[in-house]
Amino acid sequence: MATLAAVIASTHHPFYLKASTATGAERPPFADEWVSKIEAFRETLTRAEPDVLVMVGSDHFHQLWLDNMPQFLVGKAPHYDANWYNEEREFGLPRFRLDGDEELSSHILRGGLDRDFDLAFSNELRLDHSITCPIITLRPQADLPIVPVYTNIFAPPLPQPKRFVQLGKAIREMVESWESDKRVAIIGTGHLSLELGGPRQFGEHGPDPDFDRKAVEWIAAGDIEGCCGEVSLESLHLPGNATHGFMDFMLMMGAAGEGVKADYVDSLDLFHTMEAYFTWYPEGALR
Amino acid sequence: MSKYLLDKFLYTVDRDPELVERYRDDPAGTVEWWETEMANSILGCHTGERSTWLAFTDDERDALVRQDHVALFGMGAHPFLTLTLFIAMFERDHGPLEYQIAYGQAMKHLDLPYPDIAT
Repeated sequence: MATLAAVIASTHHPFYLKASTATGAERPPFADEWVSKIEAFRETLTRAEPDVLVMVGSDHFHQLWLDNMPQFLVGKAPHYDANWYNEEREFGLPRFRLDGDEELSSHILRGGLDRDFDLAFSNELRLDHSITCPIITLRPQADLPIVPVYTNIFAPPLPQPKRFVQLGKAIREMVESWESDKRVAIIGTGHLSLELGGPRQFGEHGPDPDFDRKAVEWIAAGDIEGCCGEVSLESLHLPGNATHGFMDFMLMMGAAGEGVKADYVDSLDLFHTMEAYFTWYPEGALR
Repeated sequence: MSKYLLDKFLYTVDRDPELVERYRDDPAGTVEWWETEMANSILGCHTGERSTWLAFTDDERDALVRQDHVALFGMGAHPFLTLTLFIAMFERDHGPLEYQIAYGQAMKHLDLPYPDIAT
């Protein structure tokens, strides 16, 4: 069977590339600290020696649109082009191409359907920054095949938070039951409190530092029960109008397991949003 | 009221560099052209098939022509789509982050709950 080499959860910040490569007067004062935190975080994936990455993210109205919106979608393609014109325009993100692992895609699609997740699929998926940001931060050489999993955290009606937890748990089970000798890392990105296009955007901190503090505690402790007890589709409006992206963190908590403490926890308070980075190594995963 | 059609306008203009410039330079003409030619195109479908029923209300058309992001927010247009397109059109006229901060400031009078964005 395949080895689950690591479970990694992270915020995805589309301005990291721009900030980390800026020089002179253009370089923001927080860039050096940010780069140093990202490099330490990257090392947690490198140590896991993965062969394949399952990448959980959410399309930001790029390929998936309101005339045909899936709640959960798995990519099954030999290659994935990545990044879009408006991400190049706004964030300076480069276009690139990743290879896919179609065998693992098929396994997750079949296994997900058989576990009562009515997963949509795509044989031609152009990825966006929810998946390319963690490639840039965690695996900038972009040399590993991936299986992309998209969730709808963006276009209501959304699935319930508990469904994200359940899917994360199921993805882990499917990875661990894959007949392969490969080492798989599951990487997912979301948000803590976040406001986009509303009155609380682009403040000195994220829109709700108290929520962020609690969220980091839930994730670091693997406290799914505590988190699910306080978080609902309704409550996620309060910390910021784009905070439903936190449900991708809940998916990753499901993958990491109830009560399982993260082996690596870090965060960085930036203007507009707080960054947070978590890595779990399943028992016996490290060589 | 058609939140969906507002979102469709913002989405289709934002993804097309020529349309971004055209909407910046000629809002009224672009909105009129778009409603006539584009509103009923089915985006995920090959060309030749169209819908027959999509149109803006007067208030929606007016908010788009005035490029009024506060009014669009009030109507439940998806805030990510509005923000992304408006940054593309207007950030260039301002210093770093100046536009984004002013964009939020213009909505400071709004309280929770925000308008529903479900389509």
